Amino acid sequence: MVKKVFLWLLVGAVALTAALLATGSFAASEVRIGVSAPLTGEIAPLGQSTKNAALMAADEINAAGGLKVGKDRVKVRLIIEDDENKPESTANVFQKLIYQDNVLAIVGSQSSKCTLAGVPIAEAAGVPQITPWSTNPTVTVGKRYVFRACFTDDFQGKVVADFAAKNLKAKTAAVLYDVASDYNKGIAEVFRREFPKSGGRVVAFESYTTGDRDFSAQLTKIKAANPDVLFLPNYFNEIPLQVQQARKLGITAKILGSDSWDNEVLLKAGGEDLEGTYFSNHYSPDIDRPQSREFVKKYEARFGQKPDAAGALTYDALRILFAAIEKAGKLDRKAVRDALAQTKGFAGVTGDISYPAGSGDPVKSAVMIQIKGGQFRYSATVNP
Amino acid sequence: MIIFFQQFLNALQLGAIYALIALGYTMVYGIIRLINFAHGDIFMVAAFIGFLAGTFLKLPLVPTLLLTMLFTALLGVTIERVAYRRLRYAPRVSAVITALGIGLFLENFVRALQPNPQVFPTLIGRQEYAFFGVATSNVQVIIIAVSVGLMLLLRYIVQHTMLGKAMRAVSDNRDVVPLLGINLNLVISATFALGSALAAVGGIFYGQAYPSIDPYMGIVIGWKAFISAVVGGIGLIDGAMLGGFLLGFVEIFVAGYLVSTLRDGIAFTILILVLLLRPTGLLGRPVTKKV
Repeated sequence: MVKKVFLWLLVGAVALTAALLATGSFAASEVRIGVSAPLTGEIAPLGQSTKNAALMAADEINAAGGLKVGKDRVKVRLIIEDDENKPESTANVFQKLIYQDNVLAIVGSQSSKCTLAGVPIAEAAGVPQITPWSTNPTVTVGKRYVFRACFTDDFQGKVVADFAAKNLKAKTAAVLYDVASDYNKGIAEVFRREFPKSGGRVVAFESYTTGDRDFSAQLTKIKAANPDVLFLPNYFNEIPLQVQQARKLGITAKILGSDSWDNEVLLKAGGEDLEGTYFSNHYSPDIDRPQSREFVKKYEARFGQKPDAAGALTYDALRILFAAIEKAGKLDRKAVRDALAQTKGFAGVTGDISYPAGSGDPVKSAVMIQIKGGQFRYSATVNP
Repeated sequence: MIIFFQQFLNALQLGAIYALIALGYTMVYGIIRLINFAHGDIFMVAAFIGFLAGTFLKLPLVPTLLLTMLFTALLGVTIERVAYRRLRYAPRVSAVITALGIGLFLENFVRALQPNPQVFPTLIGRQEYAFFGVATSNVQVIIIAVSVGLMLLLRYIVQHTMLGKAMRAVSDNRDVVPLLGINLNLVISATFALGSALAAVGGIFYGQAYPSIDPYMGIVIGWKAFISAVVGGIGLIDGAMLGGFLLGFVEIFVAGYLVSTLRDGIAFTILILVLLLRPTGLLGRPVTKKV
């Protein structure tokens, strides 16, 4: 008896799922857009700002009546999923967004190792994808449906190397990076390639593995090499420990970082030790750009904290996507992809965004930020 | 030479932390032959309790330590009561899987409450020293001293107290122990309480040395401590200590003098070689089974 009831329940559940899947085609009055963000895990604060910025972009367009698609007005519905900053979870999120939620397009993920896990799935399904913050060069290589809102590390690594050599007059540099993460590894290698071109020498190139808390062996080795600058292209949750351990061991080199530093949590955890360090970033909240100022003001008013670059880029990514959907004039993945590829001079929060023919990588400028008085302060702009 | 001494100190600190956590694995294994894979996560929970006590109650070191040890010991006893006791006579695989499940539960439970990484409060006023260019600090010295001290204390408890005698009896023959009027459940609960309290000490001092904690911090360090315990000879207090320091030294010296990219590869190759030559661990004696 029990067995029979169970069987019927099972049949019911299967039928219901099938029915839901069948009705999952695009309803004309709303468009579903997936967002894959690290809401929990090592870089959870960044996932939170991703979510905040995404909601802000969607709420704004919905408050204005929705997207103009052809003759219709279409509301945006975001489906925000947690990828835990793990590649395997990101793959699951992408599968779910595409095959279960039937989204039109996906914004995400954030760290390159996660985005790289999602890319093949979106590409194979022909779903347009924009990653806000994944700067690893390989993310878009050979892909038609994959775009990003940020510059790549081929550019960023060069920016940091040039800044070290020209602005800081560094002759020697050391690098400590996470060898188990695509982003960190990628940009560390670009730096190693570019710094000698600016006349410098990389005297130590050391790695660790995600989750390590003790960097003393590598840092002692770096101390022995006595570099002028120490480059730490790692995520903001690990930077405070690395900087503190470096200083405790007596490393006096100037410390440099990359866009993965940008989150307020860094300042809270790092405190005094971070004073005077520099990092490259996508934009600076105190830069004089009307779009940036307005975004920062709205974000602070709504969420009570400053946005990070990942948040700003998420906002840009969604707005580029909105523009492309309106331009395509229909809720069709292929049409949206083609419209995205033609994006020209989009005035975003983080700069003007255009996609060169056949590429999903926009050409954008970078800024250098210095940590001064416990705050992120704009230091310089570098154009490509 | 300065570099060598610096690396030596680095290795002592890392080894002391591995050893502290390895003691917890080895205790439980020694008494009830269970590899308590949730131990790394108990260590993580301890760090979070210490974080709450230090940050919100603003307690100084000793009360934080005592409070955390109390809570963590209770957690350990509860886990044993709820999850492991029913499986005491079940096949060993069932218990190991349950332990892994408990670990996942703890990680995700803490993650749900506190997804963000947190900064551990400073409980020991940090002082830095430099001897001929070798940098050290009071925190480093305290960590090494505490882990050696606890190992000695644990040895004393096991060798020279009634509780220890009961523990050794349970380890020797669990079925006969109740016949001798020893309360088996009480002894096992005490073992879990002790092992978890050790994880609490580990969690607090870890927070002092590496003041950044998150719900996943127990995973990797838990594995490494487990490996330390096995390499040293699981079930043996001295073995856990030796294994912990060995792993600390191998990791630091491979990363410091060979290629840091290959650190884990080389370190674990060395450990596998140790186990190939001595399958029961460095201090373990081969077990002969009568048929």
